[in-house]
This record gives sequence, structure tokens and C-alpha cells, in this order.
Amino acid sequence: MIWGWIPRNVELIVDRTIEHLWLALLPVLLGLVISVPLGWLATRTALARTVLVTVTGLLYTVPSLALIVMLPLVLGTQILDPLNVVVALTIYTVALLVRSVADALDAVPPVVVAAATAMGYPPWRRFLAVELPLAVPVIVAGLRVAAVSNTSLVTVGALVGLGGLGQLFTEGFQRDIPSEILTGIVVVLLLALVLDALLLALGRAVTPWTRAGADAGRAR
Amino acid sequence: MIEFRTVTKRFDDGTVAVDALDLTVEAGRITVFVGPSGCGKTTSLRMVNRMIEPTSGQILVDGRDVMAGDAAELRRGIGYVIQQAGLFPHRTVLDNIATVPLLLGWGRRRARERAAELMATVGLDEEMARRYPAQLSGGQQQRVGVARALAADPPILLMDEPFSAVDPVVRENLQDELLRLQAELGKTIVFVTHDIDEAVKLGDKVAVFRTGGILAQYDEPGRLLARPADDFVDGFVGRDRGYRGLGFLSDELPLGELRTVALGSPAPPDGAWTLVVDGADRPQGWLAGADAPTGSTVTAEHLVPGGSLYDVTTGSLRSALDAALSSPSGQGVAVDADGRVIGAVSADDVLRALADARAEQAAA
Repeated sequence: MIWGWIPRNVELIVDRTIEHLWLALLPVLLGLVISVPLGWLATRTALARTVLVTVTGLLYTVPSLALIVMLPLVLGTQILDPLNVVVALTIYTVALLVRSVADALDAVPPVVVAAATAMGYPPWRRFLAVELPLAVPVIVAGLRVAAVSNTSLVTVGALVGLGGLGQLFTEGFQRDIPSEILTGIVVVLLLALVLDALLLALGRAVTPWTRAGADAGRAR
Repeated sequence: MIEFRTVTKRFDDGTVAVDALDLTVEAGRITVFVGPSGCGKTTSLRMVNRMIEPTSGQILVDGRDVMAGDAAELRRGIGYVIQQAGLFPHRTVLDNIATVPLLLGWGRRRARERAAELMATVGLDEEMARRYPAQLSGGQQQRVGVARALAADPPILLMDEPFSAVDPVVRENLQDELLRLQAELGKTIVFVTHDIDEAVKLGDKVAVFRTGGILAQYDEPGRLLARPADDFVDGFVGRDRGYRGLGFLSDELPLGELRTVALGSPAPPDGAWTLVVDGADRPQGWLAGADAPTGSTVTAEHLVPGGSLYDVTTGSLRSALDAALSSPSGQGVAVDADGRVIGAVSADDVLRALADARAEQAAA
């Protein structure tokens, strides 16, 4: 173990971390934007749900390396284009989130939806103002899984030369620098923990009502 | 005014929920739809604001077919109180109440001011404004539900079994509150319940539905109890209907003499029952002669608790009869609006008044 490697390569570590972050987070964001309408669609009919949940579930079983290698053929991108990683991870995020969104929307109490209709919400406004906000806690739980899983999956991209901190693994391995490999592992782990904690905090911040129930006994 | 014109609702699976309903809901009154489950009462209610659309027939609100125009717009003009309150869990009490004004584009500030006003109207403490529904009791949630329905001051209020999920004491409070509110507001209210006692208590008119969505009887509650249209209504109205029907008769009763003695005065000489009153003539309890020796001072310890009171200004024959039946002496205590004792009623007087009322009805 050569501790001296770390201070000499701070700049590299920071650059790789930043690259890693956006490669992991941009797909989470894109995946969320795509999953909400798909999840909504899945709650409309039993058929839509079966199809969407099955297809997205199958997507998740495609090995990540295979997907990253195959995407340039499908997208017509260069093999070193970061878009490949972004698209691959977006697919995984959608695979995870569609089900979360559908389950979350299903769990909104029917009486609340009926009340919103009776108050005079047009369907789309009702979705945005009532159903989606109430689905947030479950969706955030899905987002946390997706963010952590993406943070780890980004490293696979290193095998084709795009993997953020994953490149510390490949490079460290080729040049036989254990410190570099270890640094990569620790930073990826820290990133995953921090992202998870941030999403948890964000989720709590936007859903103050979920904690209100805990004092219900006292308020009565 | 809401008119159902031969309205039928057949669901996709073929069940007929409402069968050729013809009914007119009078403006400014409370009309109760009551019946067993599956009788179409809730379906009928929900067709008024198009939560459910009729298969055939027409529903007119103030002469306009509800099916003409935009459904969401129609609903913003009709208050709706749903079972279990159905409040939005993610919004504070104040914002729940402000829902419809905001949908109507009032602007946040004005909508919240109006919401705060309504909290007072339905008897909710100001400090609840920032709470979430989960922090309220069932009864408080129901009050918020009523306030939310009233927020944009709609002329019509639809209430779908609003008090069914709260305990009996709270339910009775909410019912009394609704009657008090209605006396102030004069809305056209359609109220759905499966509880005939609630129907009879709240309704200016009651529509009894039977399974299959058929209207069995549409009448004033007093008439419903006195003259059920058929065996189904008779069975549904339930036991004690004769007694409960007295609640809708309030003829003037002859008041008898009542011997009273004030607390702290000497006990009367003989052993008969005497009503004990306080300085303002309000009844305190009864004194049985044997309990206080003649000439001794009457104190609270001597008293036998009294029965219910018959308030001559608001009381019905039912409360008069109950006063007589629950009194230990057999004499019901009649009081005026200030609670002062003004005489006695007997069960015989009530029965005589009932006979007179019957004779009058027969002649009419």
C-alpha cells in the first residue's frame, strides 16, 4: 500500500469523481422523467401493466457490459461515447422505477382520488396535484435503489474506457497500483452512501406530511 | 332544485344500480337518500355531479342538464363531502379547505383567508390550520371535509355517508352541527346514509330506496314513520316507529300543577313527590316524602335524580312523553326556554294529543 499515490493524484481522483457523478445521476434523472408517464400508463389497464412490468423487468436482466457494448450498434454512436453509458443506465433506472411508480400510484387511497375528482380537478391536474405527490415516498425509495445501483454500475463502463472512478480499477490493475484500486473502491462506496443519504433527506424534506401521522396519537 | 327524470344507471356488468328514478330535491332543504347497501342511493348522489354518468334519463340542476358542459367545472360548483372525509393527506387543513377556491383561480391569499373563515364556521380551532389530516381525530377530519365542500359557497352540497366512520357521540355532535349550519346557510343538501335514525333526524324529506335502485317512498320523516308505504319501508324504518314518530308532532299540551319546593326550605308535610328547584326555579331533582322528615330542611342529599325535561318551546310529543316516562313521580317536568319549571305533563296528556293529531290528519 503506497499512501503517497493519493496526494499525488488528487486532481485525477476529483476529475474521475465528477465524471462518475454525472454518469450515474443523469440517467437517474432521465429514468425518472421516463418512468412517471410509463408508471402512470401501467396503472390504467391490467394489460399495460403486465406488458410494461414484464418488459422492463426483462431489460434489467440484460448484463450491463453486454448492453454498453451493444448500444453503439443500436444508437450508431462511437464505442467511446459516454452516451452509451448514460443510455444503458437510463434503461436500468427505468426498469427499476416503472414498477415503483405504478405501485406508488396504486397505493394512493381511492377515496382521496374520488374526493379530488369531486372537488373538480380535471384528470391531469389531479394527477400532478394529488396522485403524484402522494406517490413521492415510494418513488423516492425506488430512486435511492436506482442511484446506488447506478453508482456501482458506472464502473463497468471502465472496461470500454468510460467508467468514471471505474477507470481507477482498470488502470490500477494494469499498472499494478493497489492504492489506486482501493481508492476507487472507497470513493465509489462513499459516493453511493452520500447519494443515498441525500435522496433520503430530499424525500423527507418534500413529504413533511408522512411524519405528521406519527404524532396523531398525541393530537387526538 | 335538483330533478331526476326517469334516471337509470346500468353498470357494464349488467347490474341495475338505479331504476327509472323520478324525484325532485327541493332547494334550500335537506333531502336524505336512505336504504340498505346496493339500493343505489350513493349512485344516485354521484350522478348529480357526474362522478357517475346516467345510462338514460336526465338530471337537471336548476333546470340545466348536468351532462351539458364540462364535468370538472360542474363539480366545482357543487360541494361534496365524501365518506371518511377523504382529505388530501399531503396538504394542511387550511390548504385542504382552500382546494376549490384555488381551482377556481381565486389566488392563494384570498383562498386561504376564506379557508380560515370556514374553519371558524365549522367549529375548528385556528391552531389546527397548519396541521396535516393525520394529526386530526375522525370528527375533526369530517369538519374539515364539510368546510372544504363549503369553501366556494356552492348552492348545493352532496354528502355521501359523511358521518358513518365516527363514533356515535361524535356523530350526534356532527349531526347537530350540520342542522345548525343549515339553519344559517340554507343550502340544497342531498345526504346519503344507511342509518334510518340519521335520515329521520336530518331530513326535511327522506327518500327510501330498496335493493335494485327503486325508490320505495319519498316523504317527510314524520309521515314516513306514521305511514310507511309498504312492508319494505315498514321493516326498514324499524322498531319503535310509533314512538319515534312522536318526535315530529309538537302540539300544545295542557300543563298540570306541579308541587315544588326550593332547596333549603322546609320539607312539605305529606309523603307525596315534590319537585325541588333552585333559586331560579330550575329543577334540581325530586323529593320523596319519606326521605326528608316534615319540617326538616331540603338539601341536595335528599334528592332523587329527575328524568328528562320537556322544553315547551322546542319539544316534541316524544320529548314530552319521555319526560313523563322517565320521571320518578310519573309527572314530566315542563320547562320554558330559560329552563324554569312551568308545569307537569302526563303520559295520558301526550296520548290524548296524539289521538287529536290523528283525528286531524284523518279529516285532512
